[in-house]
Amino acid sequence: MDLDFSPGHDAFRAEVRDWLRAHVPPGPLPSLETEEGFAAHREWERALGAARLSVVSWPAGYGGRDASPLEWLIFEEEYYAAGAPGRVSQNGINLLAPTLFEHGTPEQLARVLPPMASGEVIWAQAWSEPGAGSDLAALRATATRVEGGWRLNGQKTWSSRAAFADRGFGLFRSDPESRRHRGLTYLMFPLDADGVTVRPIGRLDGRPAFAELFLDDVFVPDADVIGAPDDGWRVAMSTAGNERGLTLRSPGRYTAAAGRLLDLWRERADPSDTALRDRVADAWIRARAYRLKGFETVSRTDDVGAESSVNKVFWSEFDIALHETALDLLGADGELESEWLEGYVFSLAGPIYAGTNEIQRNVIAERVLGLPRGSR
Amino acid sequence: MKFVLDGEHLLFAESLHKLLDRSDTPTAIRAWSAGDHGPGRRVWRSLAEAGVFALAVPEEHDGAGVLPVELVTAVHELGRHAVPGPVAETVAAAALLASVGGDAAATWLPRMAAGEAMATVARPYALDADAADLVLTVENGELHQAEPAGEARPSLDPARRLFGVTAARSLGKATESALDLGTLACAAQQMGVGRRLLEVSVDYAKTRHQFGRPIGEFQAVKHHLANALVELEFARPLVHAAALSYGTDDFPRDVSAAKAAASEASYTAARIALQVHGAIAYTAEYDPSLWIRKARALYSAWGSPSDHKARLMTLL
Repeated sequence: MDLDFSPGHDAFRAEVRDWLRAHVPPGPLPSLETEEGFAAHREWERALGAARLSVVSWPAGYGGRDASPLEWLIFEEEYYAAGAPGRVSQNGINLLAPTLFEHGTPEQLARVLPPMASGEVIWAQAWSEPGAGSDLAALRATATRVEGGWRLNGQKTWSSRAAFADRGFGLFRSDPESRRHRGLTYLMFPLDADGVTVRPIGRLDGRPAFAELFLDDVFVPDADVIGAPDDGWRVAMSTAGNERGLTLRSPGRYTAAAGRLLDLWRERADPSDTALRDRVADAWIRARAYRLKGFETVSRTDDVGAESSVNKVFWSEFDIALHETALDLLGADGELESEWLEGYVFSLAGPIYAGTNEIQRNVIAERVLGLPRGSR
Repeated sequence: MKFVLDGEHLLFAESLHKLLDRSDTPTAIRAWSAGDHGPGRRVWRSLAEAGVFALAVPEEHDGAGVLPVELVTAVHELGRHAVPGPVAETVAAAALLASVGGDAAATWLPRMAAGEAMATVARPYALDADAADLVLTVENGELHQAEPAGEARPSLDPARRLFGVTAARSLGKATESALDLGTLACAAQQMGVGRRLLEVSVDYAKTRHQFGRPIGEFQAVKHHLANALVELEFARPLVHAAALSYGTDDFPRDVSAAKAAASEASYTAARIALQVHGAIAYTAEYDPSLWIRKARALYSAWGSPSDHKARLMTLL
């Protein structure tokens, strides 16, 4: 057992650090939940892609570097330590790409991945519907077979990044006789196609971080089905752990945030406030625990499987606690616009998206601890 | 980078788990609580034969050398079986004696490695000073041999018999890292206590029926147990990392992080175990109560989470 990095790892870290030092914009970009900010973040993705740093763990042929999971953790540490911008491409990179690697055709990989890596095409997820949130298998949007492809109809909602993104992916009911998780198909579709209406939804602070999608006879060619028609549930669930586990919110993000919190404590805190001191220490401890958990995960040879739900509960609740501590350190300034406040508002969604924490706890109890499934 | 226990560590843990399963620790705990150290001593001797107490003793004193990863692996199993006696204290005593060297080390360490001598260190109370063959205390950075003073003070954990001490002979300068090794051992012990509490609670939730079904079918119960697992899962790597940083400048920082997290996770597991079992676990005669009481006692032994967070902030 060890926690040692090889010279190769150190060299990779140094290369990433040097590049970021030279290229990260000096001030924060405008919020990626605004049109101007979205465009600025897309430009940043282009720069990352040109340096082959947007998708380091992908094969070189698609714009990556074949980085190992440990190298990916190192990349993430350096990325967030450098204060680099949020990743506007992350829905595509973390959710769609792993599904394509597992179920996509060579044609799909060659067509979809390079423009995703370069930031040219930004993807939005389209899972939830008004009547299908935690109970995703209740979804009703349809895909109807037509000549050469499919016609999509229905409504999707809480579609992250869809206000400004280029394309979407999600599940549609392709067998009208089917129930629940059977008879669904995983499809990709353009957000600017005829029949698509995107209605941005203001999140808690009013910024359009997600959108409703209304689909009215939207044509999608057969080439944009991932996996087999009617097999979409299995295709989607095979990579659901990516969203819940390390990749969506990497340890490096929290290591950097805990470091900034410590700086804030040194600047602003009353040293006699031991309650706040303990919370700052707690944030540092939890960030370190997650970092170490990441090293543990990439050291394992067995399948992490449902244990990714353990991570999701942890990071989502920790994210809120960390930002609450920062706001409390800021005192009366805590309600004023700041990066901490932006981070706080963002963190509040964590226990809801990617499967609510209640669903995750069911998964942990049933699939990790082996408790009986029973009725809900 | 390979931040998981090696196969040989896992085999060692499994062999200790089996050994302790056969040892009927609940009976030894109850005897120990009543002042009869015989059955507990027998458990200690079998653990010594398995090599546990040699793991904090240098080779020159018939130990295995200080092997922190093996040590936390072993002590985790001791916590999982709630082995009575001064477990973390014996680890710290060995490290303290090794650091002062001389006659005291030569006299005591081989006997401690062999499981013939049990040692305790006052922090500030000396745990099981009536059972220990050697009582130590640290005052103003000096290690002293000590004598128990007065009667045992009753603890929430009946198997923890706490004594005041009077310092006697000075043995030399105490090193901070020796005390930190004891703190780390306590954290590993807590992880074992927490793990056992989660294990028995999951088993109970699968078999206890109410409203015509196992209570583990109810989401309210599931979510409690999931929360305990989340805390334990994120405390474990901190304990392992602290073991790996033994001998480096990061050791005190990592020990404080590990002890704070292990205390909180183990205590969460205890609260949840009590709630999931219901009234039966609120009885002294039901075995899990022995672990529940130990979890709270160890929470503040060797420094509470707040003590360690305060220290951590001075080290960052």
